[in-house]
Amino acid sequence: MTAPKLSVDPYNLIITGVGGQGNVLASRLLGRMLVTQGYHITIGETFGASQRGGSVMSHLRISTRSAWSPQIPHRRAHMLIAIEPSEAFRVLAVFGNPEVQVIWNTRPIHPVSVITGQAIYPSREEIARGLSELSAQNWSLEATDQAQTMGNPIFGNIMMVGALSAVSDLSLGPEIFERAISEMMPPAKVPINLEAFSWGRAALA
Amino acid sequence: MSIISNGTKGETALLMGNDAISRGALEAGVRVVAGYPGTPSSEIIQTLAGVAAEHGLYVEWSANEKVGLEVAAAGSFAQLRSMAVMKQVGVNVASDFLLHLAECGTRAGLVLITCEDPGGLSSTNEGDSRHYAKMMEFPLVEPGNFQEAKDMAAWSFELSEKIRNVVMFRSVTRMSHASGNVVLGELSSSLMAPSQPKARFQFDGDFMDQMSGPVVTFPGMVDAMHNRQLEKLAMAREIFETSPFNTYTGPEKPELLIITSSAANLYTREALDLLDLEEQVGLLKLGTTWPLPPRLLAKHLKASEKIFIIEEGMPFMEDNVKALWTEQGPEAGTKQFFGRKNGPLPPTNELNPDLVAQGLVEILGLPAPSLDKTYGERANEFAKTHAPFRAMTFCPGCPHRASYWLINSALKQDNRNGFVCGDIGCYTMGAISCGFNTLKTSHAMGSGTGVASGFGKLNRFGFDQPVMAISGDSTFFHAVMPALVNAVHNQADMILVVVDNSGTAMTGFQPHPGTLTDAGGGALPALDIARICQAMDINVTIADPFEMESTEKALLELLDDEGGVRVLILRQACALSPGKKGKRLFDMAVDEASCLAEDCGCNRLCTRIFGCPGLIWDPEAKKTRIDEVICVGCGVCASICPTGAITKQEVPR
Repeated sequence: MTAPKLSVDPYNLIITGVGGQGNVLASRLLGRMLVTQGYHITIGETFGASQRGGSVMSHLRISTRSAWSPQIPHRRAHMLIAIEPSEAFRVLAVFGNPEVQVIWNTRPIHPVSVITGQAIYPSREEIARGLSELSAQNWSLEATDQAQTMGNPIFGNIMMVGALSAVSDLSLGPEIFERAISEMMPPAKVPINLEAFSWGRAALA
Repeated sequence: MSIISNGTKGETALLMGNDAISRGALEAGVRVVAGYPGTPSSEIIQTLAGVAAEHGLYVEWSANEKVGLEVAAAGSFAQLRSMAVMKQVGVNVASDFLLHLAECGTRAGLVLITCEDPGGLSSTNEGDSRHYAKMMEFPLVEPGNFQEAKDMAAWSFELSEKIRNVVMFRSVTRMSHASGNVVLGELSSSLMAPSQPKARFQFDGDFMDQMSGPVVTFPGMVDAMHNRQLEKLAMAREIFETSPFNTYTGPEKPELLIITSSAANLYTREALDLLDLEEQVGLLKLGTTWPLPPRLLAKHLKASEKIFIIEEGMPFMEDNVKALWTEQGPEAGTKQFFGRKNGPLPPTNELNPDLVAQGLVEILGLPAPSLDKTYGERANEFAKTHAPFRAMTFCPGCPHRASYWLINSALKQDNRNGFVCGDIGCYTMGAISCGFNTLKTSHAMGSGTGVASGFGKLNRFGFDQPVMAISGDSTFFHAVMPALVNAVHNQADMILVVVDNSGTAMTGFQPHPGTLTDAGGGALPALDIARICQAMDINVTIADPFEMESTEKALLELLDDEGGVRVLILRQACALSPGKKGKRLFDMAVDEASCLAEDCGCNRLCTRIFGCPGLIWDPEAKKTRIDEVICVGCGVCASICPTGAITKQEVPR
């Protein structure tokens, strides 16, 4: 299968968050959705000692040409999905550039430095202002809050993938999502994930 | 459902490097798989265990890596293709057996998979096991992309059978834990065949007949066996001269020749693309990195005056290429070598495309690629103010936080400057603030007890500090047992605390000899740590770290109890264990009226000192709150709270 041409090749996407937010699942899900369209996908994941509460980052390279480095070169991210908002700044410091787009979840997870009072967590306004300055375009999403109303904050990651599908040129529609998620989850869990995806997609449509 | 076992030939799958290795092994018809968990290697055995029943494999989590390699070797001796899997430090554990194994040789294909962690992303070291291949004289192969991870894993079994010796297959984090497109091959038909030849160990042949004699190393045979081993290595070297896993791309006479391997190949290709250097620079990607194929290397080395060696780990290939060039004789002339040893690459830490690109810019004297400086400065400023430091910590609900709270408090109350010798697991974080800086030594698996055993004998030199060691349940079986035997026999004065969380938690909750399941979830008998210790005549106390009052009392009593080895088992399952995950024990709440906040204990005991990520400190309201998204309801903070402001209510089942 010949994959549709990309505006930039490789297209570099980063998903960041905190261990336990379903970062790795989101990157593998996106990878599956794209590999069936004929793209070469390379995913690099940093999740070693981050069971719960550590910074986690997945690098996704999408290309019509070949596999690429599992680590994106500095300043070359095209899209950043931040499941935890402050993590966006950590990533942009290394991989950001004036052209980058950012989709961010508004719900903070306080690091221990904030819980103990050694550091201060930025307010939502400060985060919004910072991301506006550091990106060409950014969208916020109250994913965790919505996910909690669905019974489990973990669905936030799927909502972020849904949101990406609304603003990205990549072909990531609900049918492609459903096919990929069905390969990764037991059938009983597919409808609720589809619901989470649709919510995220509608939020940025 | 698993692509590892169901994908058909020619199908393209997105596979994690470790899954590609598993698929390669299945395509080769592997039958026996054993090893010990360790990041980034653990998924290989987990994945193969998942398809073991379907494909008739024997897959086990062994007590440690040495036993894992021994189990795999038995498979090879009985004519079954076999594989041992471990991380870099595991090879050290297996190395004593490995030396003798390589001397004796193997029968059916035997592959040692080592997944290493340059940069120590989830390790306490940057160990590079490739040196074992050189030191113990067996072949080493390293895949340079995801397709090769599968293809070379399968081919390694063939190679092992051609030379009848063990083959080391080395991966790194950015290969094992990265994913890419892989075109699948045919699954081995032998796996599904109804009539397998019976596994059999033949031993009635001559001592030196490798396929039918006893597999024995013995004084008097050493020279003959060593010579035979070197012949095998020479055979491998010859095979490597024409291996399709050694590839060259670039001009005939490159301005610079790059020699690379492993994930560094992917960084290098990226850097060449970024700098648009494909027409100028030659790229020799080696898949077979020990022994190096001399004719292939000489041919390429002759084509360029400048050689840049780019590899993950120590300058292993770099040293070997230099040595090989020297062997060409003086008439070959001198080369300018670049790499990790004398720059431009750093001698430590993992590489990335930017480091390789910088190196190329330096060597070739190119203008540095222009990046938006203003953006970089602004983004760095924002990172400082908007991304508060996220230190490693125990998960919410982790029993280790409670255990260390208790140990630390008991040692403080005891007031004799006591300390804990640490070991390897999540609980190694006892050395940092989340474990209240309680650990004061930490080295290899089992070393906490070994070192404590030593400290525990120093009283004759005036040493009077109480000595404790800590060990996880899996670590206890892996390497603590011999150290404990040593301590008991030599009458060391020490307390071993076994933090038993019912699994090998740090690497993803694999079973171990103390649990009731095998790698695939089938039933096995569990060995009881308490009874093992009692059989050594040790006084054993069992407690629950979540029952803080009684456990603290038990700890203080053990500290008072002078002399000999004492063991305290702190039993509480990992918060991520399958039995607990997603199940909240208590609903937690904070009564704002009675929360003393900054006036509490030594100022915010729960948030500032205990520091569980499930708590929130609200600096404006000056109160502690529960983070509903993060808290798993273990109830420990309610026991910590001196005023009873934090309350727990059992979740109805």
